[in-house]
Amino acid sequence: MSTVDAFMPSGRGRDPYRLGHGHREAHHLARGHGEGGPARKRVVVAYGFWIFLLSDIVMFSAFFAAHAVLQTATAGGPTGRDLFDPMSVALETACLLVSSFTCGMSAVATGARSQLWTQFFLAVTGVLGVAFLALEAHDFAGMIAIGAGPQRSAFLSSFFALVGCHGLHVTAGLLWLGTMMAQVFVKGFRPNILRRLLCFNLFWHVLDIIWIAIFTMVYLIGEGR
Amino acid sequence: MLGKLTWGAIPWDQPIPLIAGAVVFALFFAVVVWVIVKGHLPYLWHEWITSVDHKRIGVMYVMLGLVMLFRGFIDALMIRSQQALAFHAAGYLPPEHYNQVFSAHGTIMIFFAAMPLVIGLMNFAVPLQLGVRDVAFPTLNSTSFWLTATGALLVNISLVIGEFARTGWLPYPPLSETQYSPGVGVDYYDWALLISGVGTLMTGINFVTTILKIRAPGMSYLRMSMFCWTSLAANLLIVAAFPILTATLAMLTLDRYLGFHFFTNEAGGNMMMFINLIWAWGHPEVYILVLPAFGIFSEVISTFSGKPLFGYRSMVIATMFICIVSFMVWLHHFFTMGSGGDVNAVFGIATSVIAVGTGVKVYNWLFTMYGGRIRYATPMMWSVAFIVTFIIGGMTGVLLAVPPADFMLHNSLFLVAHFHNVIIGGVVFAVMAGITYWFPKAFGFRLHEGWGKAVFWLSVVGFYAVFIPLYGAGLLGMTRRLQHYDFALWRPWVLAAGFGMIFLVGSAVAQVIQLVVSYRQRELLRDELGDPWDGRSLEWATTSPPPAFNFAVLPNVSNEEPYWEMKRGAIEAQQMSAEPDYKPIEMPHNSPTGFITAFFSTITGFALIWHIWWLVGVGLVAAYAVFVWFAWRDIEEYEIPAAEVARLDRERRAPRARWLERNAAGRPA
Amino acid sequence: MLPSRDGAKAGTPCVVFRTFSGRVTLVSFLAAILAGCSGGVLEPKGPVGGANALILLDAVCIMCVIGVPTMIAVLVFAWWYRADNTRARRRPDFVHSGRIELLVWSIPILVIMFLGGVIWIGAHELDPFHPISALASTNPQEKPNPQPNTPPQSKTLEVQVVSLDWKWLFIYPDQGIASVNEIVVPVGTPVHFSITSASVMNMFFVPQLGSMIAAMNGMVTQLHLQADHPGDYYGLSSQYSGDGFSGMHFLMRAVPADEFARWVATTKAEGPTLDRAGYEQLAQQSQDVKPFTYRAIDSNIFHAVTTLEIAPGPGPGPSVAPPQVRPRGAD
Repeated sequence: MSTVDAFMPSGRGRDPYRLGHGHREAHHLARGHGEGGPARKRVVVAYGFWIFLLSDIVMFSAFFAAHAVLQTATAGGPTGRDLFDPMSVALETACLLVSSFTCGMSAVATGARSQLWTQFFLAVTGVLGVAFLALEAHDFAGMIAIGAGPQRSAFLSSFFALVGCHGLHVTAGLLWLGTMMAQVFVKGFRPNILRRLLCFNLFWHVLDIIWIAIFTMVYLIGEGR
Repeated sequence: MLGKLTWGAIPWDQPIPLIAGAVVFALFFAVVVWVIVKGHLPYLWHEWITSVDHKRIGVMYVMLGLVMLFRGFIDALMIRSQQALAFHAAGYLPPEHYNQVFSAHGTIMIFFAAMPLVIGLMNFAVPLQLGVRDVAFPTLNSTSFWLTATGALLVNISLVIGEFARTGWLPYPPLSETQYSPGVGVDYYDWALLISGVGTLMTGINFVTTILKIRAPGMSYLRMSMFCWTSLAANLLIVAAFPILTATLAMLTLDRYLGFHFFTNEAGGNMMMFINLIWAWGHPEVYILVLPAFGIFSEVISTFSGKPLFGYRSMVIATMFICIVSFMVWLHHFFTMGSGGDVNAVFGIATSVIAVGTGVKVYNWLFTMYGGRIRYATPMMWSVAFIVTFIIGGMTGVLLAVPPADFMLHNSLFLVAHFHNVIIGGVVFAVMAGITYWFPKAFGFRLHEGWGKAVFWLSVVGFYAVFIPLYGAGLLGMTRRLQHYDFALWRPWVLAAGFGMIFLVGSAVAQVIQLVVSYRQRELLRDELGDPWDGRSLEWATTSPPPAFNFAVLPNVSNEEPYWEMKRGAIEAQQMSAEPDYKPIEMPHNSPTGFITAFFSTITGFALIWHIWWLVGVGLVAAYAVFVWFAWRDIEEYEIPAAEVARLDRERRAPRARWLERNAAGRPA
Repeated sequence: MLPSRDGAKAGTPCVVFRTFSGRVTLVSFLAAILAGCSGGVLEPKGPVGGANALILLDAVCIMCVIGVPTMIAVLVFAWWYRADNTRARRRPDFVHSGRIELLVWSIPILVIMFLGGVIWIGAHELDPFHPISALASTNPQEKPNPQPNTPPQSKTLEVQVVSLDWKWLFIYPDQGIASVNEIVVPVGTPVHFSITSASVMNMFFVPQLGSMIAAMNGMVTQLHLQADHPGDYYGLSSQYSGDGFSGMHFLMRAVPADEFARWVATTKAEGPTLDRAGYEQLAQQSQDVKPFTYRAIDSNIFHAVTTLEIAPGPGPGPSVAPPQVRPRGAD
C-alpha cells in the first residue's frame, strides 16, 4: 500500500480546519472587506493614517497619565488655579474649534474641486492655528517669567510637556498645511493630493479632539485643585 | 562649535573599546572600499539601499539583526567571562566599563537584534502569504528599516565616541537622571531608541493596514495563515505600546536636557511612574517578539508534519487572547516595589492567566505532530527544541508571577535565566527556524543542512549549559549585574555558566561557516521548483526568489491552505491550471527617501547627544526638506509590461509542469 | 507530496534528542533547584523566608504536574511520528477535536485557578508591609529558639535603613546607634525595617531570611523579617544602582539576645556620631566601605532624609569621584 493513499486527505480540501463555512463566492464582496481582495488605495491610505492617529492618541495618553499622577506634585510651587487664565484658554479653544470648522469647509471646497475656496479655507485654518500657537506661547512665556516654568515642579513639568506636545503637533500640522497649500496650487486635485488632504483633515480634527481632552483635564479639572 | 564633543570622548586609555572600535571601523571601511572598487555600488544603491520591495527590506532587516546579534553575543561573552573571573578579584572589566557592557547587551539584543530579526521575517513572508504584491506603504517600510539602522549605528558609535548608558537596558531613574548619570551614555540610549522607535511604530502601522486591508481575493480572516495572525497581533501591540515608550523616553529626555522633573527625586518627581510607564510598554514588547515566533513555529510544524495546523480557530483565539491580556500584566516586573497585597495579587493572577493561552498553543502544536509524518529538517528540530525549552521558561515565568516567590527571586540570576529561557528558546530558536525555512525562498538555494544541524546542537546544548547554572545561582541568592562578587556558594555556578559559553561560541562559528559553505555550494543546494519543503501556504507558489511583483495574478483563495489546495488540484488533474490572462503590473518606484531621512536622523541624533545645537537645526531642516522633496515627486510607480510578466510567470510554471510530468502518479520522490 | 530534498534522513536525529537531551534537560534543571537547597532561597532561616520558599516549592509542583507530562508528550510524539517510523498510524485529517479542545483549555484554566488562590493568599499574607505575627502561628517551618532569659513574645526591633551610594546605613532609633554595612539582630525577634534611599533606587535583600523590597528616595517602604537561627546572613542590594553596586553587600548577624545587648553597649562606647554633617559626609559616593558603627545618632536623620529635608545624595562629580566613576562626556 502506498503511503500516499493513506496520506491523501480525503476530499476535504476545501475545509481542512473544519470551520464549517460554505463555499460562497468571494468575488462579489466589496474590496478591502474580508474576502474582497486588496482595498483601493484611498481606503488603504486613510485606514493607515487612522491607525497612526490612534497610536498618537496612545502617546498622548501616556502624557495625560503622567499629568494625572503629577497633578498634585506642586512641590510648594504654584498650582493650576494660581496660573491658568480662563480667558486665554477660552480664546485658544475658540481658535482651534473654528479652525476645525474652516478645515472642514476646505474639504467641502476640495470636494467641489474649487482651487480658490480650498486655498482660502486652508489659509484661514492656518491663520487660526498660528493664532492658537501665539496665544499659547504667550501663556508659556508668562508662566516662565514668574518662575512657574517646567523646572519648578513635577506638576509644571507634566503641564508643559502635555500642552507643549500638543503645540508641537499643531506646529507640525501648520508646516504640513503650508506644504499642502503649495502642492494643491502647483499640482491641482490629483488623486494623491486628494489622499493627502484627507489625511491632513483627519490630523487637524484629531488635534482638536486632543485639545478638548486637554482643556477638560488640565484646565477645567486642574482649575478646581 | 562642537558642543560637548572633544577628543577626550574617544577612549584612548581603554584598550578594549579602542581596539574593538578600530577593528570594526577598519572592516567597515574595507567593505565599503571593496564595494566601490568592484563597481557594486550602483547595484547596491538601486537594488537594495533604495529598494521599497518588502522582500529586500526583510532581508536587510535580518542581516542587521544577525550582525547585532553577534555584537550582543560578544557583550554576553564579556559579561560571563568577567563574572567567571571576578571572584574575590577585580576581573578585567572595571565597573564603569562592565556596566556599559551589560546595558548595551540588553539594549542591542532587544531593540537591534530580536526586533529586526522578527520584523525582517514578517516583512519577507507576510505579503507573500497574504497573496499580494507588497505592504500598504512601501516607502514607509524602507524608512522604517533605515531608521532602525540609525538607532543601531548610534548605539555602536557610543562604543568609541563617548560612552553608553550605565543604567541597565531600561534606564530607571533617578540613576538615569543627569545628577547620577551626567555623561552622554543615557543620551545615546534615549535618542537611539526615540529614533528607531519611530521606525518600529511605522512598521506596526504598515503591517496592521496590510493585514487588515490588503489580502488576496477570497482570503477572509479565517483563511489567513497562522503567521499572518500572529503578525497582526504583534503589530497591533506595536501600534498600541511603542507610543508609550516614545512618550516615556521623551519625558526622561526632557528631564535630562531641560531640567524637567518627571522622575527626579526633588520637586515632586516620581520614579515609580517611570517604572510603570516603561513596563506598560515593556511587557507588550516581549509579546511583540514572541507572537511572531509562535507563528513561525505554527508554519514550520504544520509543514514538516505534513498536516494542517491542529485547532486553527482556537489558535487564533489564543493569539488574540494573549495579545489583549499582555497589556494587563505589566506590574509583575516590579512586585517588589511595594504596591500592596491586592495590587500584587491581581497582576500575579493576570500573569498566570496568560499561560492559559500559551498552553493552548503548545497543545495545538502537539496535536499537529500527532498523526503527522514528521520530517526532521533543521527548522523542525528547532521547533521541537523550542517547545520543550519554552515550557521550562514559561513555568519559571509563572513561578515568578507568584509574588511571594518573586520577593525572593526578583532581579536574581533566576530571573535572568527565565527571560533568556523564553527569549532564546522562543524568539531566537524561531528566528533560526524561520531563516532556514525561508532562506531558499529569498535567495534561491537552501542552507547547508549538516552545518545547520551543528548550529542547532551547539546552540541547544550551549543554552542549557549556560542558563541552568544561572537558575541555580539565582536560587542561591545571587543578584544580577554584579561586576564582582565574593560569596563562595555562587562560584561553581558562575564558572559553569562561563564554560557553557564555549558551546555558544561554537554555534556562532558554525553559523558563519554554514553561510559561507551554503553560498559556495549554492548550485548543489539550488531550489529549482520554488517549493523545497512541500509547503502549504502561498509563498511557496512563487519562484525562489520571487519576482518583484510576487504573483503575476493575485491568487483566488478558497480555503485556509491555498497553496496546498492548488497543488492538490494540479496533482489530481495531472496538469497545471490554465495560463492566466497576463496584464501589466504597476509597482512602486524605488526611493532614496528612507535612506536620506535616516542619514539626517543619525546626524541630528548625534548632534542632540553632544549638544551641537546648530547641527540639530541643520538636521531638522534637512528632514523637512526631504519630506517635501519626496512629496513632490510626480511619478510614483512604474509599469511592468504584460509580456515581461508572462515571461517571468512561464519561468515559474515550467519546472512545476516538469515535476508534474515526472510524478504523474502523484508519488512523492 | 512534493519530494522533500531537504537532505535530512527523516527522523534520525530524534532518538538521540529524545533520550539524551530531554533527560539532561530535566535532570539538570532539578539539579539546579536542589543545588539551591543549601545557603540560598530554599534554605530559609526565618519565618518569612520559610513561607516564601514553601509557596515557591508549591507553585513549582503545581506547574510540574502539567509541565512535565507535556514535555514528555512532546518528545514522545516528536519521535514516534517521525517519517521513517512505519508503525506509526498517520492521521492527516486530524485537525480538530472538540474533546481535546475542551481538555487543553480547561486543564490549564483549572490549574491557574488553583495557582490564583495561592497567589491571592500568598500576596496578602506575605506582603512585606505586614508584620510577622500574622505568619508565626501558621508557619510550620518556624522553629523558635527560646533563650532562657528572653520573654516568649519578643518586642519588635525597629531598624531604619538608608541605602546610599554605595553602602547601607542601619539606624537603631530605640537604641540610639547606627551601623554601616553590618546589622546585628537578636535571634527570634521580629525586626521591623523602615527603608528609604538617599539617592537612587536600591533593594534591601537578605536571601536566607526573606523578601526583598525597594528603597526609594522620598518614600518609606517596610519589611518584616525574623531570624530563627543564629548565624551570619549575606545581604545585598538587588537593584542595580551604579558603579559601586557590586560592593554594596552587608552582613546580617543574628545573635542571642544577651550578645545583642552587649553589642549595643560596645557600640555606644566609641565611634563617630551620626549627625547631619556626618550623614552628608557618608552620602558622598564611595565604594567597598568596610563596616563601622556610630555611637550616637541624631534621631531626626531618617525623617529628614525621607522628607527631602536633607537633599538627595550627590552624584559623581570631579571633586569627589575616584577614578572609577569618571563619566565620559559630562560637562
